[in-house]
Amino acid sequence: MRTPWHQFAFGIALFACTAGCHRDMRDQPRYEAQEASDFFANGQADRPLIAGTVARGQLDAQDEVHTGKVSGKFSKQIPIPVNRELLERGHERFNIYCSPCHARTGAGDGIIVQRGFRKPPTLHQERLRQAPAGHYFDVMTHGFGAMPRYGAQLTARDRWAIVAYIRALQLSQHATLDDLPADNRDQLTKEQP
Amino acid sequence: MAQIFHPSMNIVARVTIFGAIFFAAGISLAGWAFVNSPYVTQVNVVREQAVPFSHQHHVRELGLDCRYCHYNVEKSSSAGLPTTEICMGCHSQVWKDAEVLRPVRESFAKGEPLLWTRVHDLPDFVYFSHKIHVAKGVGCESCHGRVDEMPLMRRAASLHMDWCVDCHRHPELAVRPQADLFQFGRNKSLLGGVSTEPLMRAAFTAEGQSAPGTRSIPSATHRKSSDTLKSGSELVAEYGIVTRQLTDCVVCHR
Ligand code: HEC
Ligand code: HEC
Ligand code: HEC
Ligand code: HEC
Ligand code: HEC
Ligand code: HEC
Repeated sequence: MRTPWHQFAFGIALFACTAGCHRDMRDQPRYEAQEASDFFANGQADRPLIAGTVARGQLDAQDEVHTGKVSGKFSKQIPIPVNRELLERGHERFNIYCSPCHARTGAGDGIIVQRGFRKPPTLHQERLRQAPAGHYFDVMTHGFGAMPRYGAQLTARDRWAIVAYIRALQLSQHATLDDLPADNRDQLTKEQP
Repeated sequence: MAQIFHPSMNIVARVTIFGAIFFAAGISLAGWAFVNSPYVTQVNVVREQAVPFSHQHHVRELGLDCRYCHYNVEKSSSAGLPTTEICMGCHSQVWKDAEVLRPVRESFAKGEPLLWTRVHDLPDFVYFSHKIHVAKGVGCESCHGRVDEMPLMRRAASLHMDWCVDCHRHPELAVRPQADLFQFGRNKSLLGGVSTEPLMRAAFTAEGQSAPGTRSIPSATHRKSSDTLKSGSELVAEYGIVTRQLTDCVVCHR
């Protein structure tokens, strides 16, 4: 620091250092979700779980609720309590994940099918109406033929919610007058000429 | 002693002193315009991507819900980009030989991830979470704009701190009923017939930002349509949003 010039140069150098600090804080040496990485062989910072790891809240139980099976056979009934809230959840999830192909009615002529995807069977055919609840659960978890799997997108509870909603859809297409509550029945019969 | 300056220099001196004010003002205005220009904020700037993915096509024309692909948005801080497997769920059959989709097929065959260039990226010293915003009724449109009209993804907002804070001061202008979160062009229903389009544009895009006075959520507008505030603040109460603490530094810098 002999001359003012040295001091000036030192000052500039110090100032230049702060530019470096700034960048570091914006892009800190840690990975964000889904960031690319040149450290790992496949270029992904997200690592797959090591076999046997159980993350908190992600217990992958082998019970009926998580597999849709009891002693190797598909569960006949939905193994969790079905109430209005579950049905509404199922309605919402069905419209997001299933309706692009199966259509909101379940008839199987959704928009993706109209654009050339293989046509799924209607959910209202007799075979599927008789199919056990666990079959639907299994189709969603593992996919079925040309249909992709939705295990990652839908939690077990959401999958059962969709099964419950599909049952409601099926009922809606095969309902008789006796299935209606009394006041709705009156309304309907009155409107008929 | 001879005069160094000619008397006419007095005028020059006055003009310079007077002009300095304008000069300083000009510099700060230019600086402000620069900071808010698309060059810095990247608003409306389209990125080069390996696959020219169109939200307009998939969202508006095919009617897919955001959650079909960004399925983590309700339950995690990061919305997440879809895996190649999700694309292939449809593109194994639809447009299965298209040249534009070759990188997708290759990624799927080799098990290597597709690389997308990020359009939104907050600095690492900012904490952000999608989950809370979705749970408290802030729709995608409020922050990402008309995604359903974007053939290529671009930013609708600067992501500057003042942009976040503006909304944290007045969430009543943005919150929606849960049923409308993933809908677009629905701001009408929130406003009881008055379109928020200009308001949103003023608040969230570069055009608005270069017009001083309209940059932050304009107070004049929300005083005029008291309905907005009412139904908005009703929702705020329903969601239990407490604005008092929402602008504390520690909310976003933790
Ligand atoms: C991308 C289009 C697509 C989507 C989305 C889709 N499916 Fe499918 N689904 C199909 C196709 C195609 C088939 C017929 C598969 C075959 O026979 O190869 C099918 C078949 C089925 C079957 C009948 C299985 C049988 O026994 O015949 C069920 C049940 C079903 N899907 C349920 C669902 C549910 C529930 C969802 C939402 C979570 C869903 N699908 C989403 C395309 C789709
Ligand atoms: C068919 C799958 C799909 C659907 C449906 C979808 N997206 Fe995307 N989204 C993507 C892909 C792939 C990217 C990455 C490519 C890009 O940036 O354009 C992306 C990127 C984005 C980004 C920018 C990410 C970044 O780089 O910062 C936003 C924001 C976004 N999507 C919002 C939405 C919203 C809102 C909806 C619902 C209206 C939606 N997306 C529906 C697939 C989808
Ligand atoms: C639910 C089904 C579905 C999913 C999931 C899907 N697409 Fe598509 N995509 C389509 C359909 C259907 C078309 C063609 C529509 C037509 O024929 O008009 C298409 C068209 C395209 C095109 C070409 C047409 C254009 O101009 O955009 C590209 C590129 C594309 N998709 C990329 C992707 C990528 C990348 C993903 C994964 C993030 C993806 N798609 C996921 C259904 C899907
Ligand atoms: C409060 C404003 C806000 C809302 C509401 C919002 N986003 Fe975002 N979004 C952001 C910000 C900010 C980022 C950048 C995050 C980062 O860099 O960490 C982002 C990033 C993204 C990304 C890129 C991947 C990621 O997670 O970083 C996607 C995809 C996305 N948003 C989709 C959506 C969808 C779909 C919705 C509607 C449910 C939505 N966003 C609602 C502000 C918002
Ligand atoms: C359009 C309105 C809007 C915008 C824009 C917005 N937020 Fe928010 N934000 C909210 C609302 C509403 C809440 C919910 C407050 C509550 O929990 O009561 C919230 C909550 C949060 C929380 C959680 C607060 C807590 O108590 O834990 C964080 C963190 C946050 N926002 C960060 C951000 C950041 C960072 C940005 C800018 C990139 C941003 N927000 C932009 C409306 C917004
Ligand atoms: C609602 C969220 C939010 C709150 C509250 C908030 N900030 Fe920020 N802050 C941000 C975001 C987002 C950025 C990044 C802006 C950018 O990309 O340049 C930022 C950037 C900054 C920066 C600039 C750093 C740089 O290198 O550019 C400083 C300094 C800062 N904040 C300080 C504060 C202080 C002090 C407070 C409390 C009075 C505060 N912030 C409250 C969201 C917030």
